[in-house]
Amino acid sequence: MSTVKVKVNGVEVECPANATVLEAARLAGIEIPTLCYMKEINAIGACRICVTEVSGARGLVAACVYPVAEGMEINTNSQKAYNARKMTLELILSNHRRDCLTCDRNQNCELQKLAKDYNIKDVRFGHPEELKPQIEDSMIHLIRDNSKCILCRRCVAVCKEMQGIGVIGPNDRGFETHISCAFDRNLEETACVSCGQCITVCPTGALTERDCTDKVWNALADKSKFVVVGTAPSVRVTLGECFDMPVGTNVQGKMVAALRRLGFDKVFDVDVTADLTILEEGTEFLERLNSGENLPLITSCSPGWVKFCEHYYPEFIPNLSSCKSPQQMFGAMMKTYYAEKMGIDPKDIFVVSIMPCTAKKFERFRDYQEAVPGLRDVDAAITTRELARMIATAGISFKDLPDEDFDPAFGISSGAGVIFGATGGVMEAALRTVTEIVTGQELKKLEFTEVRGTEGIKEAQYDLGGRLVRVAVASGLSNARALLERVKSGEAQYDMIEIMACPGGCVNGGGQPIQPQSVRNFVDLRAKRAAAIYDADKEMKLRKSHENPVIKEIYDTYLEKPGSHKAHKILHTKYQARSKYPGVAVAE
Amino acid sequence: MNIVRSHVLVCGGTGCTSSNSPEIIKQFNKELDKRGLSDEVKVIQTGCFGLCALGPIVIVYPEGSFYSMVKPEDVEEIVEEHILKGRIVKRLLYEGDLKEAKVATSLNDTNFYKKQKRIALRNCGVIDPENIDEYIANDGYQALAKVLTQMTPEEVIDTITASGLRGRGGAGFPTGRKWAFAAKEDNPVKYVCCNADEGDPGAFMDRSLLEGDPHSIIEAMAIAGYAIGAHQGYVYVRAEYPIAVKRLQIAIRQAREYGFLGEDIFGTGFNFDLDVRLGAGAFVCGEETALMRSIEGHRGEPRPRPPFPAVKGLFDKPTILNNVETYANVPWIINNGPEAFASIGTEKSKGTKVFALGGKITNTGLVEIPMGTTLREVIEEIGGGVPNGKKFKAAQTGGPSGGCIPESLIDTPMDFESLAAVGSIMGSGGLIVMDEDNCMVDIAKFFLQFTVDESCGKCTPCRIGMRRLLELVDKITSGNGTLEDIELTEQLCYHIKENSLCGLGQTAPNPVLSTLQHFRDEYIAHVVDKRCPAGVCKNLLRYQILAEKCIGCTSCARVCPVGAISGEVKKPHTIDTSKCIKCGACMEKCKFGAIVKN
Amino acid sequence: MNRTQVRSGKSTDKARSGSRISPQPEEKFSEIKKVIEKYADREGCLIQVLHEAQQIYGYLPMEVQQFIARSLDLPLSEVAGVLSFYSFFSVKPRGQHTIRVCLGTACYVRGGKKIVDHLCESLNVGVGDTTEDGKFTFEIARCIGACGLAPAVMIDDTVYKQVTPAKIDAILSRY
Repeated sequence: MSTVKVKVNGVEVECPANATVLEAARLAGIEIPTLCYMKEINAIGACRICVTEVSGARGLVAACVYPVAEGMEINTNSQKAYNARKMTLELILSNHRRDCLTCDRNQNCELQKLAKDYNIKDVRFGHPEELKPQIEDSMIHLIRDNSKCILCRRCVAVCKEMQGIGVIGPNDRGFETHISCAFDRNLEETACVSCGQCITVCPTGALTERDCTDKVWNALADKSKFVVVGTAPSVRVTLGECFDMPVGTNVQGKMVAALRRLGFDKVFDVDVTADLTILEEGTEFLERLNSGENLPLITSCSPGWVKFCEHYYPEFIPNLSSCKSPQQMFGAMMKTYYAEKMGIDPKDIFVVSIMPCTAKKFERFRDYQEAVPGLRDVDAAITTRELARMIATAGISFKDLPDEDFDPAFGISSGAGVIFGATGGVMEAALRTVTEIVTGQELKKLEFTEVRGTEGIKEAQYDLGGRLVRVAVASGLSNARALLERVKSGEAQYDMIEIMACPGGCVNGGGQPIQPQSVRNFVDLRAKRAAAIYDADKEMKLRKSHENPVIKEIYDTYLEKPGSHKAHKILHTKYQARSKYPGVAVAE
Repeated sequence: MNIVRSHVLVCGGTGCTSSNSPEIIKQFNKELDKRGLSDEVKVIQTGCFGLCALGPIVIVYPEGSFYSMVKPEDVEEIVEEHILKGRIVKRLLYEGDLKEAKVATSLNDTNFYKKQKRIALRNCGVIDPENIDEYIANDGYQALAKVLTQMTPEEVIDTITASGLRGRGGAGFPTGRKWAFAAKEDNPVKYVCCNADEGDPGAFMDRSLLEGDPHSIIEAMAIAGYAIGAHQGYVYVRAEYPIAVKRLQIAIRQAREYGFLGEDIFGTGFNFDLDVRLGAGAFVCGEETALMRSIEGHRGEPRPRPPFPAVKGLFDKPTILNNVETYANVPWIINNGPEAFASIGTEKSKGTKVFALGGKITNTGLVEIPMGTTLREVIEEIGGGVPNGKKFKAAQTGGPSGGCIPESLIDTPMDFESLAAVGSIMGSGGLIVMDEDNCMVDIAKFFLQFTVDESCGKCTPCRIGMRRLLELVDKITSGNGTLEDIELTEQLCYHIKENSLCGLGQTAPNPVLSTLQHFRDEYIAHVVDKRCPAGVCKNLLRYQILAEKCIGCTSCARVCPVGAISGEVKKPHTIDTSKCIKCGACMEKCKFGAIVKN
Repeated sequence: MNRTQVRSGKSTDKARSGSRISPQPEEKFSEIKKVIEKYADREGCLIQVLHEAQQIYGYLPMEVQQFIARSLDLPLSEVAGVLSFYSFFSVKPRGQHTIRVCLGTACYVRGGKKIVDHLCESLNVGVGDTTEDGKFTFEIARCIGACGLAPAVMIDDTVYKQVTPAKIDAILSRY
């Protein structure tokens, strides 16, 4: 790639010829603030916070979208730029409800940080104190408060472009512009899939997950409840970010220690039920492969994807694996197998799951998710962020915690279970097991590198004991859409497809720690977090689901065999077609 | 073909149409038919003549008699007297100067037309816009033929560059250079767009051009297509202009039939076609990137440049966008040579400019003047001055993006540079005259309200800043402002100008800044004296009864809707200012001039 | 949890009118369908479709927007977002007649605002609203290009020139 030389505040740097002023400045160690810009998601030059002086331009330019040129002189902190940013901030603050102390994003708010950095002491315009909350909380997973919205439109971009859904967008114009669903209807009346990507890109507290920590605290305080917690594969590689640890740090041991100190009766690993999923889904796959029915098999671990399928591609519902997700299998096993084993009344077991995901909050309430009739498989699903909040509330000094192990009953898992957390992981885990089952031979190489990586769509072909198996992996729903369209048209044919709603898979889920643009623009969160996942897998002795002794015991003593009648009753579920335009009278 | 001895031209512009000119045409045809004159006299519905205030307008040739404010019932008399008997109907002649002369002098000798130079408007009011043959008869499509058969694309661009033609939409970017940028791009698909989304409240040049001479736009766009290598064009026109849309569509159909649009034009292998796209009521769509977004079917929100449309425009293809009036000049330049065009105007502003003259002026309407004509000439000579003996206060040019020019600068030449130097802009051509009864702070507020309503809402400075600016100015006009507010207003103006994403925001504070520059004393009167010198700002008004003039007729007390006036019969009355809602009804009612506001 | 539901008046208004399901005249929908088919292969046709649909249906309520969204395979939020950007489109049923008072600069400086104030009071409506009897929809126009006739008022397709509050009452009484 060709490069150009530019001067940033007098310091010469060499940068790619297609770089923006923002990127060039970063190379010189200068961070230009942005609010609307987010790499690969939104580049609309709208908030005007990044205005900067450059040679050859008439006035200030938006650094986030302005291209560099050979010999350009960039002055990031001129008096003019500083004053302009300050006044723009003041204008934004004049229309922002500032309840910082009680805001979900207190101390993790990009606007708050800028107000501090730019030393805003007074807002001379408008009457922000008169702003009223504008709460929209129709969904299980999310709360929107437009009185804090600064119209950066990152949520719109992520919903429409990255997820290909577009249930929210700008409405009206000028000062009246606001982000909402068509006709300002509630989100529940749209085909929102609950992925929560909008929350992770929101710079302020306009979009937050629905907090369920109170429910968990109450359960912990209730002596009659046996409270078990299970952690999703990806949470261990992201939780550390909430405690200022570098992106991609595996904090499994400290996480377990923290959960124990929060008072959970048992601290388990959802990786175990990820292994269980592989056994059930692998069996289902082989059955379908033999019968030739409902191929390709499409994974169902991602509740955002499942809801997307039900709304937008109901014709693929028969292709979905009937397996519950690892979260739901975890809850189901707790209230059946574990309850029986421990002699506890399932009614008294309170199952908490720690998830990278907001759609898991929705999944918990789906139909056909009650292994014990009348009891939800999972009682509370909280995100990585909510867990961090609980740890902070409890005054636990996270960084100083010792490393501890999961409780044994559901504490032993395989590397196959861990890699569920990254895109391609479910496919790889399934291939490890299915190949060995079909061929009866031990795999020489466990890594299926073709399905790894952060690309949106990956394809590969494998020899499964003489039969060629074509697989595809998609993450991010725009990619899922593109892939499904090709399958629909007959242009592409596969036997198995893994789809994750969030780009990069669970490591980049809607419930993961929120990183500001200053990090996201320059650090590939997906790749770094996924690398930690694959490192964890590599270091494990046990790397195949079917070799997990816990799983073996479950089948030997309780479920008989994968795909058995009992397994179906407890571990499988059903789906329903949903409208693309729910809540709208259909005219035809 | 019959030899026609007489032509009756009836204005079919929006102004005259709304004053019932279609009925007048019907009457003419009926009356001529009745007298068996249909073959000898031809009635033509033309585009706008320019003198809208006097519509409907009828001109009878060969005499060139200019009849104004004609009513359907006058038609019989015109046919009977003028056409049949050759006696001009003097009572209907244009009052300006023609009546004085008592003879039918040429239109061009009147003050209104004398100083004008009609290039863009050359066919407006002259030909039937719905008849391509009339356009062809007036050298129409000759320029396209010349370009396609005798010139290379480079030569076309060089010609336009040499003419010095600059964009007539507001910014004044050199047209030739714009075309050259797009021509340079190596892309098989390019677009030519025409901005007919005339949104400036108080300007209607583009509408009149499309209504009066749609073929000139089509011809120019085909020429532009050849010059830059485009085969498809779009005209983006306001849906609020139904007549313009209709005539443009008729013209496109005719041009296709005659082979001036479509494939293999003039057998040269050049293909070019046009589509009309309707705007939907958003001023910001006059901004080029917003306009393109709108053609693409989206919200008309501008995007940052670069990339410029010449590189990446409509549907991400290289695109040029010119304003209607800019295009209207193009065929003329090709036909008459760049030198002829460059010989008109000033050093940096060549050619002519069409202005929509409105407000407190006698001759409201459309005028086309050589660049560099002074504001004084336009107002006093062409416009006939301020009516009702009132005093000229300021002229506003450039609409919501422009500024006010005070009386002290009335000798400013009307060209790009001079107008910018006095804190205004050329803009698209709105020229509104204000007299002593207009409050300049109120005028600034009027434009602010407009731009606040029309801001797209994408970038912060315009979305929030303009709203805050309006709140500040509103505070001032309501009598609650302070000197600090004036300072903050000014500071905010500059912030919005320098930080907004697009031209709308970058110019939206201009009406405030220019009134602050030239009429700061009025602002100060509002905040310090709590007084509106022009007596416009309601909150600052005080109605008062002059005891020495009041005869106690009680009519004011009876008309007052809130019972704020009291007094005994035949004795001077008084107004209770705490009750008064300042509706002004009493003042209108008083026959003795005893009620004043201050 | 804070469950306060506060929205700007404008939005609630739209939401309300949007959710009102009026009888669906089948033939109007089939007309709209024809329009959509006409534009099917043309890029970026949404606004043109909305124009023609509004002509057919009179206004663009939710069910019409949803029909268009589905036919063009667009998210409903996209259609509604585009529509709410442009003032030419209406989501509310309109009165028998539309009064449009011009508030272009020429009309403003010649007293157009007085007409607006007067009509708001005498018709008892806000700008953009329809009178209770459904007779008039009252709007403000941004220059109807009749600057020579200022202040001008347009009722349906007829322009009235040099209008005063007294004159407009007389004019309206004829409708």
